[in-house]
Amino acid sequence: MNWLPMLLDATESTAANYFPIGIQIIFAVGFVAFMIALSAWVGPKRKTSDKLESFTSGISTHGDARHPMAIKYFLVAILFVLFDVEVIFFYPYAVNFKSLGWGGFEAVLLFVAFFLVGFFYIIKKGALTWED
Amino acid sequence: MTTLLAIDWALLTEKLILIAIIIFASLGIALYMTYGERKVAGILQDRPGPNRAGPFGIFQPFADGLKLIMKEEIIPDTSNKALFILGPGLAMSAALMTCAVVPWGDHVELFGRNIALQIADINVGILYVFAVVSVGVYGIMIGGWASNNKFSLLAALRGASQAISYELAMGLSLIAVLMTTGTLQLGEIVKQQMAPGHLWNIAYQPLAFIIFLVCAFAECNRTPFDLPEAESELNQGYHQEYSSMKLGFYLFSEYINMFISSAIMVTLFFGGYDVPFLNESLLSPNIAALVGIIALMTKIVCFIFFFMWVRWTIPRFRYDQLMNLGWKKLVPLALANMLITGAVILLWFNK
Repeated sequence: MNWLPMLLDATESTAANYFPIGIQIIFAVGFVAFMIALSAWVGPKRKTSDKLESFTSGISTHGDARHPMAIKYFLVAILFVLFDVEVIFFYPYAVNFKSLGWGGFEAVLLFVAFFLVGFFYIIKKGALTWED
Repeated sequence: MTTLLAIDWALLTEKLILIAIIIFASLGIALYMTYGERKVAGILQDRPGPNRAGPFGIFQPFADGLKLIMKEEIIPDTSNKALFILGPGLAMSAALMTCAVVPWGDHVELFGRNIALQIADINVGILYVFAVVSVGVYGIMIGGWASNNKFSLLAALRGASQAISYELAMGLSLIAVLMTTGTLQLGEIVKQQMAPGHLWNIAYQPLAFIIFLVCAFAECNRTPFDLPEAESELNQGYHQEYSSMKLGFYLFSEYINMFISSAIMVTLFFGGYDVPFLNESLLSPNIAALVGIIALMTKIVCFIFFFMWVRWTIPRFRYDQLMNLGWKKLVPLALANMLITGAVILLWFNK
């Protein structure tokens, strides 16, 4: 049963490392909430119906903005998710790169080839052309 | 079991003080960056810049900040009220979270305690930065959508797809750096660069640095990539319905992001708190920490000046040019850099 204290030790040290981040989240969110509340309390409150209309820098509005939007942006978002997952797979490889040697490098070459196939496919499909 | 449940109060206070110092320092620096930007713009355009509030206009940022707090809050009737408030809050909170993993110095010895000058030395340091930066995108997107204004919505869409596109190239460019360092821990990366006989990472990975720099400009929505705020096309940008401190949060978060991304570039590529040609281990820890912080801040200020210099020099990209640069040039370049780095290291250094 020698591994149990080691395991506990490992999890404990990781949790302890993240503990300050938890404090910082509370601190940052608290600060932001405090400032928003403060400025809402300090500022004048003389609202009229004209003031509460959409501003749009003085241009008169034509309906609201709840309309379908260009599919390009959604495509970019989906492609980002796909490729970012592939990029994340490179990170563990990069950290262990030296110990993996040539065998690891060949495996990554194969992975990059798959990455590039997908990449050329989306470019040839015109998923990233904005000029139309 | 008691050690797991008991809270280390000394550590808690120590971290709380450190967090308070770093957050308020980055707010103060962001405040003076607005002043610096206007002064730099003034100098580059051959005019004095702000010079009325105090000597050389040095109290101008305080006047601006106070004005933002004291203004009336307008939440348009047609907007989604809860999301409208959440947007700037999220952008600002995310901006204040990234500083957690940056090593600001080695350590100081105060009251018999050994205090590390880094809030959290977690083993996935860089991934943490990417994660928090991604949350910042929601701040722009939610704010622009909740405004219920077509210009804000367009700006937010542009901003979000620009940020995620450049995040891809940014992540790829760092892989080559990680291959040479072998760790994601930022404190460890700085220590490697400080070791005698080891140069700063910029010497080993110049291409990765250039890609990272371009991506940092795009992530911070800075000129030449400030399309979400292209006032000639979009009135003003995703924050045009905002007023008072909520507008202030969007503006501040941009400056804090610029400060933190400068800090991260310095840490990754320019030796962090390392002073060239100086063996820090010969100094007493507190002096070494002080010298380190001064060195780090000097390097960061150089980067911030560079951000401003570029802003007043280079015109804005067109949207399709921006997306083409991100996807069709930087991504393949970063991939090639990664493969070449790997092959070179394996061929020459790892026999």
